Amino acid sequence: MNRETPPWLWSLLLALAVALPLVLHARGQDYYISMISRMMIYGIAACSLNLILGFGGLVSFGHAAFVGIGAYTVGIMITEGVTSGWLNFAVAMGVSALAAAVIGAISLRTRGVYFIMITLAFAQMIYYLVNSIKAYGGDEGLNIKSRSNFGMGLDLKNDVTFYFVVLFVLVLTLVIISRMMKSRFGRVILAIRDDDTRVDAIGFPAYTYKWVLFIIAGTLGGLAGALMVNHQNYVSPNLMHWTQSGTLMVMVILGGVGTLSGGLWGALVLLILEDLIAEYTVYWQFYIGWFLLAVVLLAPRGLSSFFNRPKKLETKGHA
Amino acid sequence: MSFPLVKSLVTLTAAATLAMQPALAADKVKIGFVSTLSGPSAALGVDIRDAFLLAVKLNGGKLGGLPADVSISDDQFKPDVGKQLFERYVKRDKVDFLTGVVFSNIMLAGLPEAVDNKTIYLSPNAAPSPIAGAQCTPYFFAVSWPNDAYHEAAGQYATNLKVKSAYLLAPNYQAGKDSLAGFKRFFKGNVSGEVYTKLGQLDYSAELAEIRAAKPEVVYTFLPGGMGINFIKQFMAAGLNKDIRLIQPGFGSDQDVIRAVGNDMLGIFDTAHWGLDLPNEANKKFVAEFEKEYKRLPTLYAAQGYDTALLIDAAVRAANGKIEDKEAMIKTLKTVKFNSVRGDFRFNTNQYPIQNYYLREIQKDSQGRLVNRIVGQPVLTNHGDAYVKDCPMK
Amino acid sequence: MLEQALNGLQFGLMLFLLASGLTLVFGIMDMINLAHGALYMVGAFLAAWLVQLTQSFLLGVLLAVGLTAVVGMLLEATLLRTLYARDHLSQVLATFALILIINDSVRMIWGSDLALSAPQALSGPVQLLPGLLYPSYRLVIIAVGLAIALLLFVLVTKTRVGAWVRAGASNREMAMAMGINIKALFTGVFGIGAALCAVAGAMLGPLLAVQVGMGENILILAFVVIVIGGIGSVWGAFVGAILVGFVDTMGRTLLPHLFREIFSPQFASAAGPAVASILVYLLMAVVLFVRPQGLFSGRS
Repeated sequence: MNRETPPWLWSLLLALAVALPLVLHARGQDYYISMISRMMIYGIAACSLNLILGFGGLVSFGHAAFVGIGAYTVGIMITEGVTSGWLNFAVAMGVSALAAAVIGAISLRTRGVYFIMITLAFAQMIYYLVNSIKAYGGDEGLNIKSRSNFGMGLDLKNDVTFYFVVLFVLVLTLVIISRMMKSRFGRVILAIRDDDTRVDAIGFPAYTYKWVLFIIAGTLGGLAGALMVNHQNYVSPNLMHWTQSGTLMVMVILGGVGTLSGGLWGALVLLILEDLIAEYTVYWQFYIGWFLLAVVLLAPRGLSSFFNRPKKLETKGHA
Repeated sequence: MSFPLVKSLVTLTAAATLAMQPALAADKVKIGFVSTLSGPSAALGVDIRDAFLLAVKLNGGKLGGLPADVSISDDQFKPDVGKQLFERYVKRDKVDFLTGVVFSNIMLAGLPEAVDNKTIYLSPNAAPSPIAGAQCTPYFFAVSWPNDAYHEAAGQYATNLKVKSAYLLAPNYQAGKDSLAGFKRFFKGNVSGEVYTKLGQLDYSAELAEIRAAKPEVVYTFLPGGMGINFIKQFMAAGLNKDIRLIQPGFGSDQDVIRAVGNDMLGIFDTAHWGLDLPNEANKKFVAEFEKEYKRLPTLYAAQGYDTALLIDAAVRAANGKIEDKEAMIKTLKTVKFNSVRGDFRFNTNQYPIQNYYLREIQKDSQGRLVNRIVGQPVLTNHGDAYVKDCPMK
Repeated sequence: MLEQALNGLQFGLMLFLLASGLTLVFGIMDMINLAHGALYMVGAFLAAWLVQLTQSFLLGVLLAVGLTAVVGMLLEATLLRTLYARDHLSQVLATFALILIINDSVRMIWGSDLALSAPQALSGPVQLLPGLLYPSYRLVIIAVGLAIALLLFVLVTKTRVGAWVRAGASNREMAMAMGINIKALFTGVFGIGAALCAVAGAMLGPLLAVQVGMGENILILAFVVIVIGGIGSVWGAFVGAILVGFVDTMGRTLLPHLFREIFSPQFASAAGPAVASILVYLLMAVVLFVRPQGLFSGRS
């Protein structure tokens, strides 16, 4: 995975992704279209986590909070009657960005395991806060009556239309991340991941760069959340529970830490595996656990690209 | 367009066309059953499931003359899981009827899926007030009792006893709010405390300390499943049962709680729409068969699950197996007669039941077991609910 | 009020049992072990099962504690040992996977929950002061908690093993250089940690429910405790646990009371516990910010 994925492969994948819902729809299996949309949304969330985890080297245990913030923002707006998709998504991303700015500003002053703990703490705080807001469901969750309306004749309630919207956002996200990691900003981030004291010494304030990265990741997480609440017509504080953050981390490591689309593949693999195994046994967590353990212990290539990096620094983001 | 792309599209489309399946006629009744089958409150979902399956079994594996295909899933007491299960049953498996959920919050999360996809949901338990009133929908049938009802009966009972002060406790969700609202509607004494706890909370030390301080005459709690078991145990452990009388809604002191708490339960009064000793034929058969099959006495949850199956059976039979016509099915369900274990049963215009509510006391039966016995006259007769006037359905 | 304080003490002591094992493992082996909560659950299930089997609460619990210690040591010797050298992320993910496996394993063996009741003798109240009846079982929990705390302190501060543990927590390389059998020490420490978890699980079982997933919620609090107290410090775990126990319990009761004066009962009941929980995390965030190594640092 050290070479860049060639453009023709991306095109083929895109073509398949476009064809899939049309085929499924023709067979009347809209349920699966919805299922894949959900997987892609998790993929976006995982890719956003990979930004700080993989590229930034920051083990954030509270990323689900941003997804939840994005979801609740849109959920609350729609409940209050504001259904303009453009407004919903913009505000959701804005609020997530703000939250990431605040949380990042404080958390990034710590390092190592303390960083892990403090990001966890913030996520839990937000979880309990939302749990207490009975007006918007509290721990029962919030049902929304309609989805975001983007105009342009797009009916998000239609499974196929929604799929394409998600696909569009996914592609956009990957493009943004790719461009970013290839830019100068990206190279500084990778250098910081290696050794941030050195980077500070050459005049790039590591803290600020990490902070900006954190905000971008949080914003993209919020975007995933906005899509998620639209997909489920429902959001609950469980979305922000620490085990959800853990699940996102699992997706990142499965797909490949520090890779462009690692989050996406990790999400697809994990969710498809979960659904498949669940068809046969109610003890699917058991098998997923073993699988995950095996990946962590035996095939840490995703991890190895993060911790046992080859001496030469990758300057191109790889996919 | 590149050649590989064209090839893949063509192949996929061809495969799709070949694989397209024709729509099947209804040769069986597909039921999607979602309930809480794990966790501290699993006993409730398990009872509903066991009774439902018993009814199907006693019917030769059929409902309304058609073979019954019942698919069971566990909502793990989580609304998002329940919602996903609803979506799967409704969209992927395209079930004919959906049923099973114990808790109102899970049911409310999943119900929109059923309504949006025109699938009928028959509730063997959760029957919250919003769906009885302004948000009523023809796709929802409450086969149990309106959420407020037991509590209205309990409030009436407390009023009959001329109780002066009552302390109320319920979890902070729709059914919890419904319950205390119902109690207050019929209770004419003074409410010395109204506390909402967290749904699923198991440690009540804080609340019990407050109750001790408030010194009420009566404590009325709505705590289904594991919550109630823990509360009653801790209530007894703290010595509060010496001075304070505990009144319960029927399920708060039903067989599952009795099994868990034991002899301390003797003498507790509760209100319910059904009892083991209701003297109709259907009930006698139900209790006997349930005990024979499962080696335990049924709770009222089981009675509700059993009745749901009986209702589906009667309705499908009356419709001659034509279950795809949803509108006709709804009309049939509303009016069909069946031998309910609770005796007389009929639906109100909002598709919630009108029935009697009895006072029960925990006593020892002939075998020395603790059971709920119906005492005295019904506390409320032919009682509907307070919300039917807000429902536009006729 | 006094009753609430006792409840806070009781909860804090149980938290301490969990946190002490966690902090030692983290301090000495530098390992984040998310599966610690799963051991707590295993202890509770074993206790529920063995109490049922032996019809004796005491015997059942003792056996469960012993068995859980064995399970813990086996786990350490086979799997967890390989994680010591790995980075924190790998440890987090591997032990996260372990939670999934253990949760479902327990479910496969015993189902999702098991009933555990306090012994009949302890199911009634005790008169502490005129007008104050307190559940005798909770008093026993407090007594057991304090006794174990005392035992641990004696072990850690007065015995040679304790010295080894403190040396290992303080500076592992130096300890190894001094000839301490680090492997055995690690396994032993892990076993003790598992045993402590089991005690907490078995004792809390009758109060909360013995159910799959019970470990997840308390695990987070345990981590909060050790961060506040200082990683590697048993004394820190004690102080942190009591602190968190009080804040959480008092918060859950005083805040709704306060709120009920101002807001509607439904809001107060929801907001009270939420704010109380937030307080705990806020406390941790403040400590992390001001004194990142915790109140009492075990590390040199």
